[in-house]
Amino acid sequence: MKYFFKKLTSLIITLFLISILAFLAFQIIPGDPAVSKLGTEATPERLEALREEMGLNRPVVVRYLIWLQEFLTGDMGTSYNYDLSVREMLGNRVPVTAALSLLSFFLIILISIPVGVLSSKNVDGLASRLTAVVNQVIMAVPPFFLGIFFTLIFGFIFQLFTPGIFVAYQESPGQFFVYLLFPALAIAIPKSAMAVKFLRGSISDELNRDYVRTAYSRGNTRTAVLYRHVLRNALIPVVTFLTMTLADIVASGIIIEQVFSIPGIGRLLLSSIGTRDYPIVQAIVVLLAFIVVLLNFITDLLYKYVDPRIKI
Amino acid sequence: MLQIETLHISFHKKLKISEAVRDISFSMGVGEILGLVGESGSGKTMTALAIAGLLRRRDITTSGRILFDGVDLLTVSRDVLRTYQGNKIGIIFQEPMTSLNPLMRVGRQVEESLRIHHGALSAAERRQRALKAMAAAELPEPAALFAKYPHELSGGMRQRVMIAAAIITRPALLIADEPTTALDVTIQAQILKLLQKLNREMGVGILFISHDLSVVRRLCHRVIVMEKGRIAEEGGVDEIFNAPRAEYTKRLIASIPQRRRI
Amino acid sequence: MSAWTERIFCFMKKSNNYNLIGGAVICGLMLLLILIGQFYTPHDPNAIDGMNKLAAPSPAHLLGTDNLGRDIFSRVLVSLGTTFSIALCTVCIGAAAGVLIGGLTGYFGGPLDEILMRACDIVAAFPSILLALVFISLIGPGKYNVIITLGILFIPSFARITRSAFAGCKNQDYIKSARLMGAGGARLMLVHILPNTIPTLASAIAIGFNNAVLAEASMSYLGIGVQPPDASLGRMLSEAQSYLFKNPWYALSAGIPIVLLILGFSLLGDGLQRRGGSDASN
Repeated sequence: MKYFFKKLTSLIITLFLISILAFLAFQIIPGDPAVSKLGTEATPERLEALREEMGLNRPVVVRYLIWLQEFLTGDMGTSYNYDLSVREMLGNRVPVTAALSLLSFFLIILISIPVGVLSSKNVDGLASRLTAVVNQVIMAVPPFFLGIFFTLIFGFIFQLFTPGIFVAYQESPGQFFVYLLFPALAIAIPKSAMAVKFLRGSISDELNRDYVRTAYSRGNTRTAVLYRHVLRNALIPVVTFLTMTLADIVASGIIIEQVFSIPGIGRLLLSSIGTRDYPIVQAIVVLLAFIVVLLNFITDLLYKYVDPRIKI
Repeated sequence: MLQIETLHISFHKKLKISEAVRDISFSMGVGEILGLVGESGSGKTMTALAIAGLLRRRDITTSGRILFDGVDLLTVSRDVLRTYQGNKIGIIFQEPMTSLNPLMRVGRQVEESLRIHHGALSAAERRQRALKAMAAAELPEPAALFAKYPHELSGGMRQRVMIAAAIITRPALLIADEPTTALDVTIQAQILKLLQKLNREMGVGILFISHDLSVVRRLCHRVIVMEKGRIAEEGGVDEIFNAPRAEYTKRLIASIPQRRRI
Repeated sequence: MSAWTERIFCFMKKSNNYNLIGGAVICGLMLLLILIGQFYTPHDPNAIDGMNKLAAPSPAHLLGTDNLGRDIFSRVLVSLGTTFSIALCTVCIGAAAGVLIGGLTGYFGGPLDEILMRACDIVAAFPSILLALVFISLIGPGKYNVIITLGILFIPSFARITRSAFAGCKNQDYIKSARLMGAGGARLMLVHILPNTIPTLASAIAIGFNNAVLAEASMSYLGIGVQPPDASLGRMLSEAQSYLFKNPWYALSAGIPIVLLILGFSLLGDGLQRRGGSDASN
């Protein structure tokens, strides 16, 4: 219990720090938002009026607290470039990015665990060594290159989807899935390679332990040893590894959304950076940072609780 | 019951070959407690592992014969070998903490050999027999211990769990590789007594491996002394201790810490 | 097993550090190409040839031409150099600052150590792309900004690694005896501890290159890295994407070198780590 509260306080402090840093970064550093909005041609009176209206003349701490309060109640500000609230702009995009991330995550699990386990059955065999080599190569492929490659093969050559467009869920759930599948694969495959390497390492470590010898001494076959004893033990560190990967998935998603023209948060972030639309950038950065920190918090908890050896 | 003929074990490490056991031969009768003594590197553990069938690895070559009830365990197929392992031959190791699966409940580990060799038994029957084996290994409150994990038990209790798991199939031979070395002296005595009791009541033969002569003296009927892969001497326990013939044996006996002050 | 099969088997053992060999070979090849590219390219990488756009590979243009008729092979050679130099600067900054910070806090410990390491942990928990984007959105794109951004982002991981190595070594017996003989702090750190951390650091540096190449390629792909007309593999890849159907070789030529660079460095890093581990136990 003590551990839980310790980590929880750490989480809250980190979240606060992030919000402060983000606020400083995007509200203070970039300069006068009133100028950004009205342009450099505006008259000083108009600028002053806008500043008053936007509350820019108040002390920094007050501005921060106001922003924080608004953010926590769901008001994330208004875009500089569009006259929409940030919330509206994020609204449609969050589910898309979430769907992409979750799909990638499941694909990683689906791919890496069987590959990792099956290739560990005979550690010195050809399958095992081949897997190690192929793995290493796949890990080196950047997700966006893989995405482009998929676009070429599955989009242009096999025509399984039309590159450059996207089908929303409301239009056709089936097509929505197809259009998310390839981006998800582009993210999932390199990460699966990392997971496979990690899993194989974990299994290999376990296979060298004494209790494996005991298991053989009781007449277990190699398969039985792997599935009955080693697998459960070896998967434990992998669980925490996978939770950490979720954060990476969200980040890779940003680039992949660009590759496949997916209308998600990542793409919005990138375009907003280009147009210096700071309220949007700030909101997305804070949101993503929150998610990452939360995921790490969950990882820390899992790390302790999944292993029965650790007393809660 | 057990007959070793010119057993030779060597292993390869990076083109270098080292010989662990050189052409040893001995035999063991039913229900006998045979001690295999020697210092580290004498080959005693390798011999034990070979008998238990745990040396079928690519970097180890064995030659000679290990005849168990007439069957040569070195040349028999893996499938047949497995019918002996955990069934007619049991083995317990030195470190009970690492030899038990830390993430599997104790009861399940005790019944494992039954699961493998007596698959027809129902879960309830297995559990019954496991509890009986745990009681035979003198574990207190077996029912309560059944669901616990190894790290919740003391060192002595863990070793008893290993013993229970090994005897549950009523093996003819129990190999004990330095089972008391990692335990406290008082627990040591209890485990030795337990082994003696099991030998008397169940008739299980015990191949007891140790570097500790005083322990061997208390437990074994016969003793084989090994030095650098060869047998230095063998004989009944009294013979060896009171009238040792080989130089090495004499040195070993002389180095036992005595109770008398110097 | 006969003696012969034993011999062959020994050479094929995992104990031969294939990672190190493979990594060294690939990196060596790439470095060779980079070096050549510095002095000679088959064509001027920026020479536009309107007549010859998006040509397929041919003896004149080994990898074909891009959408402006520029020779892809020459551009690849030059961008390898660019990417490598960015990675080099990044790793230098990150490693130099990181080792300094990590070494000092690892050695001296105390509350500063706690705070710094916590901060490093927090930063390390974030996917670097996110942080890089934030930085770039504030200071603007460009080659040097990328170097600064990535350099700063890499400091925490180097600091962490150095700090654990130093903190671990600090309590070793040989340090205590050196201290008894009168060695002062600086001498202890530089002469005694640092040499022992070199295997770990070497591996970390190789992995650092690995990450730097990936990060730079990603950022250039997104358009916030190296700016045109400078060539960068990531940027080329992004341009190539528009012409994927007409000339797939463009994309492949841009992407495969990235993969090779990353592969080379990651193999090297793994190989060094293995070697470092076994050396440490010796």
